[in-house]
Amino acid sequence: MTKIVNKPVRKKDSMQLVTGQPVYTDDLAPSDALIVKLLRSPHASAWVKNINTTIAKKVPDIEAIYTWEDVDQNSRRFTCAGQTYPEPSPYDRLIIDRRVRFVGDTVAIVAGKTEKAVDKALSLIKVEYEVYEPVLDFRSALDNETLVHPEENWESLCPVGADNKRNLCAHDECGEGDIDKVLSECDVIIEHTYHTKACQQSMMEPFATYCSIDAYGRLNVLSSTQIVFHCRRIIANALGISKTQVRVSKPRIGGGFGAKQTSVSEIYPAFVTWKTKKPSKIVFSRRECMIASTPRHEMEVHVKLGATKEGIIKGIDLYTLSNTGAYGEHGPTTVGLSGHKSIPLYGKAEAFRFTSDVVYTNIMSAGAYRGYGATQGLFAVESAVNELASKLNMDPITLREMNIIHEGDIMPAYYGQENTSCTLDRCLAKVREMSDWDNKYPARDMGNGKIRSIGMGMAMQGSAISNCDVGGATIKADETGFYTLIIGAADMGTGCDTILAQIAAEVLECPFENITVHGADTDASPYDSGSYASSTTYLTGKAVETCALKLRAQICKLGAKLLGCTTTEVEFNGKEVYKTNGDNASVSLMDVVTASMCGNRIALEVTETHTSPLSPPPFMVGAAEIEVDTLTGEVEVLNYYAAVDCGTPINPNLARVQAEGGILQGIGMALSENITYNEKGKVYENSFMQYKIPSRMDIGKIHIAFEASHEKAGPFGAKSIGEVVINTPLSAIADAIHNAVGKRFYELPITPEQIAMAKK
Amino acid sequence: MIVTITLNGKKIQRDIAPDTVLLDFVRNEGCKSVKRGCDTSNCGLCTVFIDDKPALSCSVLAMRADGRKVTTLEGLQTEAEEFGAFLADQGAEQCGFCNPGLIMNAIALFRENPEPNENEIKEFLAGNLCRCSGYEGQMRAILNFIEWRKQR
Repeated sequence: MTKIVNKPVRKKDSMQLVTGQPVYTDDLAPSDALIVKLLRSPHASAWVKNINTTIAKKVPDIEAIYTWEDVDQNSRRFTCAGQTYPEPSPYDRLIIDRRVRFVGDTVAIVAGKTEKAVDKALSLIKVEYEVYEPVLDFRSALDNETLVHPEENWESLCPVGADNKRNLCAHDECGEGDIDKVLSECDVIIEHTYHTKACQQSMMEPFATYCSIDAYGRLNVLSSTQIVFHCRRIIANALGISKTQVRVSKPRIGGGFGAKQTSVSEIYPAFVTWKTKKPSKIVFSRRECMIASTPRHEMEVHVKLGATKEGIIKGIDLYTLSNTGAYGEHGPTTVGLSGHKSIPLYGKAEAFRFTSDVVYTNIMSAGAYRGYGATQGLFAVESAVNELASKLNMDPITLREMNIIHEGDIMPAYYGQENTSCTLDRCLAKVREMSDWDNKYPARDMGNGKIRSIGMGMAMQGSAISNCDVGGATIKADETGFYTLIIGAADMGTGCDTILAQIAAEVLECPFENITVHGADTDASPYDSGSYASSTTYLTGKAVETCALKLRAQICKLGAKLLGCTTTEVEFNGKEVYKTNGDNASVSLMDVVTASMCGNRIALEVTETHTSPLSPPPFMVGAAEIEVDTLTGEVEVLNYYAAVDCGTPINPNLARVQAEGGILQGIGMALSENITYNEKGKVYENSFMQYKIPSRMDIGKIHIAFEASHEKAGPFGAKSIGEVVINTPLSAIADAIHNAVGKRFYELPITPEQIAMAKK
Repeated sequence: MIVTITLNGKKIQRDIAPDTVLLDFVRNEGCKSVKRGCDTSNCGLCTVFIDDKPALSCSVLAMRADGRKVTTLEGLQTEAEEFGAFLADQGAEQCGFCNPGLIMNAIALFRENPEPNENEIKEFLAGNLCRCSGYEGQMRAILNFIEWRKQR
C-alpha cells in the first residue's frame, strides 16, 4: 500500500493561489519594464513596400521601434514550436518578416515606457502594403499557384514530406495489410468526411513574458511557458545568439493546454531587451490571444470503415487534411495522432491505411492544443463507428465490446507497440452502468417539445513521445532532513509539482511536506523536454522515482560510513540509517545530512534522466446525456459520464479535475467553439463574446469513474491523464444529437441553428 | 485629477489620468490579485468590491471610485483562506488565475445569500469563467464550505 501516492493531497501552491498572491509573470515584472506591443498586419497576404516610423518615434517615452529593416531577411529561419531538436516543424519564421502571411502577423515591434505612448506610436506608424491574393481555403491550398512560403531560406529539418513550393508542410503514408481488398470484402461500409475547426485553448492567463539582462550580461526570460528548455533554443535561434546567453524560467502559469508549448510571445521582448539592454515585458490582450496565437489544427478526416454484418470492424482507411495556417508549428506532428490514436482502438481490424497532408494557408498558425490531433481523428472514427452501430441496429457499447483492443494485444497502427496496460473493457461496462445506458439509449420524447437522448465515444492518447521525450529530476537532501526536488517540467496549474513531490515522498518515506519543489529554470533544472504530450506524470514521474531510489542509496552509503560498516549492512527507513544485524546502531537522517557538509565526498544529491521506448496509451469511455429543444435546436448537456484508465491516479483529486475540465473543453468544441474567417481572412471570433467557451450554466453534471490499470513502465503504475480527457465528448454528443433528431452531423461545432434547420 | 479612495481599508489620495481604469489603478497600488482575462467584460477575473458590491474593475473608471471604498482579495485574506481551503481540498484551484475573481464573487454570494442552492450558485457565479476545472470541483468546494459553515 502506498502512503502518499494515490492520495488526494492539496496542491503545494494552493493556498498562495487562492489568496491571490503575485505569482504570475505580469505580477512579477517590475513597473519600470518597457511595455512591448506589436503592430499587426491588416492583410492576410502582403509585402511591406514601405514602413515609416519617423513620426511614431517622436512620441514621448518611446524607446524603440523595430521593423523588417532591423531583421536580416536572409538569416536562418526558425520555428516557434516547442519540440525536441531537430524539430519536425519547419524553420519558416523570422522575428519580423517583410512578407506578412495572416491578418495579425507582426509588422513592427514598439517598446516604450507607458502603454499610452506605445498605443499612440502604433497608430502613427505608416505602412504601405503590396497586397496579394491570400490562400484561405485549405482544401485548395496544395499545389495552389499562390505560395504561402515562396522564400528560398525556408527549411525543413526532418523528413516529414514537406515542400514549401507546394504549400505542403508535411505528407505521410502508412498502413498494414491489403486495405482495399479487406474493405471490398466487407458487408457494410461507412464513408464520410468529418470536419473539425480550429479551437482556442483559451487559458485564462494570456501569453506573457518579461525579459531583463542579468549580472553576467545574459538575457533572462521569465515567461508563462510549458517548455523552458525549448524556449531557450527558440529565442537564441530567433535572435541569432548563443544559447548560453539565454536563461528561461517560469513562474506560476495561468493555464496552458498546449498554447504555451509554442513560443508565442517570448521572442518580442527578448529582441527588445537584447537590443536595448533594458527590461521589457509583453502581455497579450485577449484579442491578440484570439487572432494571433496557436489554436488547434483545423482538420478534415476522411474515413472509410468496413465491417461484417455481425459488426466486426475489419478495416479502417483514413485520410487527414490538416490546416497549419501561415506557419508550420506542430503541423507535421499533430496530424499523425489523428490516425495513430484512433485506429488502434479497434483490435479486430485486419488492415489499415493512414494518409495525411498538412497544408499552409494565410490564416493564423495552428499549434498544440490538448489532444493534439487525436481529438480530431477520434471524432471521425468514433462517429463512424456510432453510425455503423446504428446501421446494423446494434447497441454502440455492445459493438465496441466486440471490437476493442485488450491488454497484451499488439497495435499495428500504434507503431507496432504492445498494449501493456488497458481496462477499456471495464471502462465500457462502467459507463454502461453509471449512465443507466440501457434505459436511456437511444432517446426519450419528454412530451414537451424536448427529447432526451444519449450517445457515447471512446478515446486513447499516449504517455510521452516514445524514444524522444526526456524527463529529468534532481533531488538533494537539505540540512533539516528536508529534500529539494528540482524539475524542468512545468506545472501550469495541473499540479505536477505536487504529484512529483508525492512520488518523491513515497520513495523517500518522508512526510509530503518535507519535499520542496523548484522549477522550471534552464540554469538550475535538470534537462526535461517540458510539460506536453502527456509526458510529465509518466516520464518525469519515473525520473523522480528512480532519482529518489538512488538518493536513498547515497544516504545509506554515508550512513554506513558513519556507522563504521558497509552499505550492505544498513537500511534506511526514511528517518534513520540503521544496522540490520539487530545491534540497534543507527544514525538519523539529520545527522547524515549534517555530516555530508563536513569533510565529505559522498553527494547527497542525485540527478536522474529518463526516457521510454513505449508510450502507453491511457483509455477512456464517455457518454453524453443531452436534452434537445426541438423548437429552438438548443442542446443542454444534462449529464456526462466517463470512465478513465490513466493507470494509477497519483493524486485522485487532481486526476478528477483534469477529467472534468477536459470534458467541458470537449463539450465546448462540440457545441459552441468555432473560429471563422471573413473573405479577407480576418477572424470573426476575436473575444470571449464571440468565441464561446462553456460557462458554468452550460453543463449539468459530470460524473467521473477511474478504472485503473497498472502500467509497469510508469511510476507506481501511472500513465497520463491530461489530454485523453478532451476526446470523448465530440463523438458522444454528435451521436446523442443524431439519436434525438435523426440527423448526423459531420462538422463541429453543431449549433442550435443547424439542429433546428435539420428537423423534418 | 485627484481621487481619494479607501483601498482595502486604507485611505489613499492619488493624482490620476481621467481615463485610468480601476483594474490598472488597483494593480498599480500592488493589488496584483486582480487579473485581466479579457477585453470585453465577460471573464470575471477582475472582480473587486466597490462599497462592498462586486464590480468588474476593467469596466469602471478609477475616478468613479472617488470617495468610495474599494476592496480586493488582498483586503479579504481571512475569508479567502477560509473558503479557498475548500477549493484546495478539491484540487479545483488548478492554475489559480481565475481564483481571485471567483472567490471575490463567492464571498459576495455568501454575504447576500448564506445558504444558496446549486442553481443560485451557478446563476450568481455565471460571469466567472474558468477553463481548467469544468466548474464541478468549484461546485463541490462551495457546497462543502456552506455545509461546514452550517455545522460551525
